[in-house]
Amino acid sequence: MNAVLIKNLKKTYSNGFVALKGIDLDVEQGDFFALLGPNGAGKSTAIGIISSLVNKTSGSISIFEYDLKKQNAKAKSCIGLVPQEINFNQFETVKNIVLNQAGYYGIPRKKALKNTEKCLKQMSLWDKRNTVSRRLSGGMKRRVMIARALVHSPRLLILDEPTAGVDIEIRRSMWEMMEQINNQGTTIILTTHYLEEAESLCRNIAIINDGLIVEKSGMAELLTKVKKDSFVLDLAKPILVVPEIEGYEFELVDNQLLNVSVPTGKSLNPLFQQLTEKNIEVLSLKNKSNRLEQLFMDLVNE
Amino acid sequence: MNNFIAFRTIVGKEIRRFTRIWPQTLLPPAITTSLYFMIFGRLIGERVGNINGVSYMDYIVPGIILMSVISHSYSNVVSSFYSTKFQRHIEELLVSPVSNWVILLGYVCGGVARGLLVGVVVSGISFLFTDITVNNAGIAVAIAIMTATLFALAGFINAVFADSFDAISIIPNFILTPLSYLGGVFYSVSMLPDVWQTISLANPILYMINAFRYGIIGVTDIDIWIAFAMAGGFVLFLTILSLFLLHKGVGIKN
Repeated sequence: MNAVLIKNLKKTYSNGFVALKGIDLDVEQGDFFALLGPNGAGKSTAIGIISSLVNKTSGSISIFEYDLKKQNAKAKSCIGLVPQEINFNQFETVKNIVLNQAGYYGIPRKKALKNTEKCLKQMSLWDKRNTVSRRLSGGMKRRVMIARALVHSPRLLILDEPTAGVDIEIRRSMWEMMEQINNQGTTIILTTHYLEEAESLCRNIAIINDGLIVEKSGMAELLTKVKKDSFVLDLAKPILVVPEIEGYEFELVDNQLLNVSVPTGKSLNPLFQQLTEKNIEVLSLKNKSNRLEQLFMDLVNE
Repeated sequence: MNNFIAFRTIVGKEIRRFTRIWPQTLLPPAITTSLYFMIFGRLIGERVGNINGVSYMDYIVPGIILMSVISHSYSNVVSSFYSTKFQRHIEELLVSPVSNWVILLGYVCGGVARGLLVGVVVSGISFLFTDITVNNAGIAVAIAIMTATLFALAGFINAVFADSFDAISIIPNFILTPLSYLGGVFYSVSMLPDVWQTISLANPILYMINAFRYGIIGVTDIDIWIAFAMAGGFVLFLTILSLFLLHKGVGIKN
């Protein structure tokens, strides 16, 4: 069954800006799906339309086979949204924010209290339940939004850049938590600018650019399309001239830092051998960008 | 989807909001009306004498009560719904399966609750200055509820269109307050020259104040059933307009 099925979705804003030019998308039930794209590509508009925050111009959307227009309440009941920006009442307590959301979904008080406790404990926020939300740290505020989105046990969780602006420790713990939620059977759609996040978490991916889906496939399948890998070499001594070695492309960042592009699958041994012959000593090597980032750049620049 | 639970959640949230900030919402009308009664009722009122057979103090009590109901039911909804938009937690409602009519009813009931609570506070203060015997409690309560509903709806529409905090104070300051003062709170329209009497009949607040005055002290300048019809008509019109705006997502959806 499709968790989300989008057909020919178009959106033109009142100022004439065409955000979506007719996208088709399907997300399988239970999937961990990445929706990627550069700023202004249309992904937030698409998420906004799926979660009823933005009116579509045309096209159709169904959520677990409920038509979003005709069976609006049933479709909405399946969705939990964690938006990009903090959007809860900053003067309300953590507990009331989550509890109120349960009320909006029609959950009886007794069950709502139970769900609220469960979600706040899952997000390690139970100790902060009576704290007014504006006094929370940025990471805690993000977790409040996730707890709020989970309080009605949605079948589909939409995470719109959930880790933007949070430190690496919180990001890692949020990744674990997202995986846990997905493992429990909840379908997740993730938009993010951290491509390593999408690469390590998601099984399927769509890339949206300029209002159109430019790529949609399985993550593993997509990564096989990467044509070259880029590395940064840290040199022991300064060099003045860019070395020339057949099959490798070099770029001098500064006189002790060298970028090298290597066709995917090509061995690095000849590279080091020839650099040694040219008396260039390499102290360390690291990835310039991850594989998905490379592919992403290729696709959106096409 | 249980709409009653959603409705109760919105109303509960609204009531908690205005009771939590009671020094801003409930205390000022108590102080203002005490001053009205002292200055206009006691000091000036004794020199004015009687209007339509009742003392000036008794005459102004219903108007002052209803003026408080109007301004507080309006300001509760306009400020609450606008700040919900401004802080973007309107999105909590938009993503959930709450029907538009439940959202509207919830906010309007919150406004009516505050308007009526302020009305009760102001009535309590008025009894310290007068010894009025209520003429017809049913009529007074009914027109107070209808008036509070009407202005809560008007506040909702103002909030829907507002795009800044200035925009939520323009209508209360430049339309609502003048219409309330010119709606016969402190005088009988029969005291005005003919041309101003005719102009005053275009002011809907005049009808509601007179109907409420009839319910409290049994005195009115106009037919109270016209007042009920007018209030009912406005409530119906503004309800339909509000639901239309919510359905279209005006001011709340991109």
